[in-house]
Amino acid sequence: MNQEQGMRTITYREAVKEAIREAMQRDERVFLMGEDVAHYGGCYAVSKGLLAEFGEERIRDTPLCESGFVGAGIGAALGGMRPIVEVMTVNFSLLALDQIVNSAATLLHMSGGNFNVPLVIRMATGAGKQLAAQHAHSLEGWYTHIPGIRVLAPATVEDARGMLWTALQDPDPVLIFENNTLYNMEGALSTESGAVDIDRAKVLRTGKDITIITYSANLFKCLEAAERLAGEGIEAEVIDLRSLRPLDDAVYLQSIKKTHRALIVDEGWRSGSLAAEISARIMEQGFYDLDAPVERLCSAEVPIPYARHMEEAAIPQAEAVYAAVKKVVQHG
Amino acid sequence: MTQIRLEKTHALEQLRQMLLIRRFEEKSAELYSATKIRGFLHLYIGEEAVAVGVMANLEPEDAVVATYREHGQALARGMSANSIMAEMYGKQEGCCRGRGGSMHLFDAEKRFYGGNAIVAGGLPLAVGLGLADKMQNRNRVTCCFFGDGAVAEGDFHESMNLASLWKLPVLFLCENNLYAMGTAICYHQAQADIAAKGSAYGMASASVDGMDVVAVETAAAEAVAYIRAGKGPYLLECRTYRFRAHSMFDSELYRTKEEVKEWKERDPIVQHTSRMREAGLLDDQDIASLEQQVAEEVEAAVAFAEAGTDEPIEELTRFVCSERRVA
Repeated sequence: MNQEQGMRTITYREAVKEAIREAMQRDERVFLMGEDVAHYGGCYAVSKGLLAEFGEERIRDTPLCESGFVGAGIGAALGGMRPIVEVMTVNFSLLALDQIVNSAATLLHMSGGNFNVPLVIRMATGAGKQLAAQHAHSLEGWYTHIPGIRVLAPATVEDARGMLWTALQDPDPVLIFENNTLYNMEGALSTESGAVDIDRAKVLRTGKDITIITYSANLFKCLEAAERLAGEGIEAEVIDLRSLRPLDDAVYLQSIKKTHRALIVDEGWRSGSLAAEISARIMEQGFYDLDAPVERLCSAEVPIPYARHMEEAAIPQAEAVYAAVKKVVQHG
Repeated sequence: MTQIRLEKTHALEQLRQMLLIRRFEEKSAELYSATKIRGFLHLYIGEEAVAVGVMANLEPEDAVVATYREHGQALARGMSANSIMAEMYGKQEGCCRGRGGSMHLFDAEKRFYGGNAIVAGGLPLAVGLGLADKMQNRNRVTCCFFGDGAVAEGDFHESMNLASLWKLPVLFLCENNLYAMGTAICYHQAQADIAAKGSAYGMASASVDGMDVVAVETAAAEAVAYIRAGKGPYLLECRTYRFRAHSMFDSELYRTKEEVKEWKERDPIVQHTSRMREAGLLDDQDIASLEQQVAEEVEAAVAFAEAGTDEPIEELTRFVCSERRVA
């Protein structure tokens, strides 16, 4: 911790909690609702302690009924509230998929502008905790297929702290995906930190040899690989997408103009993935800037297995990022 | 029981609304055959007493959530026949600028939240609207219409539990017309007494003859009074029957002509008319004048829709996201 420079160290979990607390303090229409968010303190302990501060009305435990309480969040948003709905994991959100896709995402358009849905849904995503095939998938790419919703993936403590308030100001539904391996991660945060934009991708490391496009927890694996590559004289530019829908194409296309090579690292499965979408956009808009084919590093096409060695092999790792970069850089 | 309101002005108004729905839909069916209206068209004919009886108890600040068979609710809630017809024509002047059609009628001013074509999909929304009212200390009611088919969906059970657990001001209004599309209730419900399901959730509930507008209004008045008193949600089952096919593509193999004929003998408009006549509240002149008034309104709606404009294709992606972002 270095108070003198106005920085402090904070965990991702605490950053999300601070964001929720601040939103609750600033706007009395904001409330948090979900399974075990109140008396238990949140299954990832994000909301621990908030019940005592804000009471049962605003830190609201729900029964186990994802469709029901996500739908109720949509209704509450229609009724003038600013709900934050927490779904335990993206796998469970499939039970609420109807409400998210058929109601939240469609109401504004289907009603010809009569009703908008200012709702935030937060959920954990990703593998890495040996939780196997019904708790550990990365389905955020699926949600990016849907017009009418925004999809965010905060990777840094700054974004974990700052994206929520901006999302709550948005008139339309926003889904925030928190990778479950990030909650214990510590990062440096400005004591002045506050709301951040939810539109722009960000260059987190500059380089001239290749553009690595990634998001969420894989960002840190990419940065680790970039560090190692730098030791070998390969300078990788690492881009954190931050917003998965809409995608900020300009930032990575601009980068590719400089590096002429691209690797996309995405924890979703390769077939029909977000990585596939980005690859297509590069082909459409940046084809003549490329000196090598776009490379994708995605999860193996298996349900996430339990055993540690198999789980690790199933998802992108820093070592694989390193190898993929070498392959692209050596091409041509 | 709350006192029955059979005074002339009100009874005539109820009759006018039922007639308007009936004639509006008869015209819609014609226009469907003439290919002016496309997509799915689900007619409410036979069930008019339910929407009209219930809606009489709601205030402008209350909310309504309805299903894909919602022309009746929309008209009874006071949405203009013009905006509904123009919507079914797919025109810019329609209530959803041609993006919804028959199944998705919405009106912010009337607090009419659709028009939901996912069976039982509207119930969680109604729970949320009720939650918003409760958290903001507003004494409002959200009335959620759904059919007997919706009762088999998980969203029905999840919503009943949530509303009762949180004592929310929601009227769950089941229009039991005995068929989930073409599957009779005996083939889709283990417990066909729908009101009985309320008790499993600790919810006040009742059943009423949905073919009798006065009975529906009276039962709904009691339910709404209960909800406004802050006692929590209420499940009201209206036993009714649709006289027409499920949609325009239904050869009705699943029910007999005799059954349909029997129910038609209980036509809510005929019943209400006879009762008013017997009470000396209605004469031939009144009926002629009502029919005339309604016919003019329907004609005007058709003319309005016919004269409507197509939404420019440049506007196709409008309303996917809000135009003004606060942040």
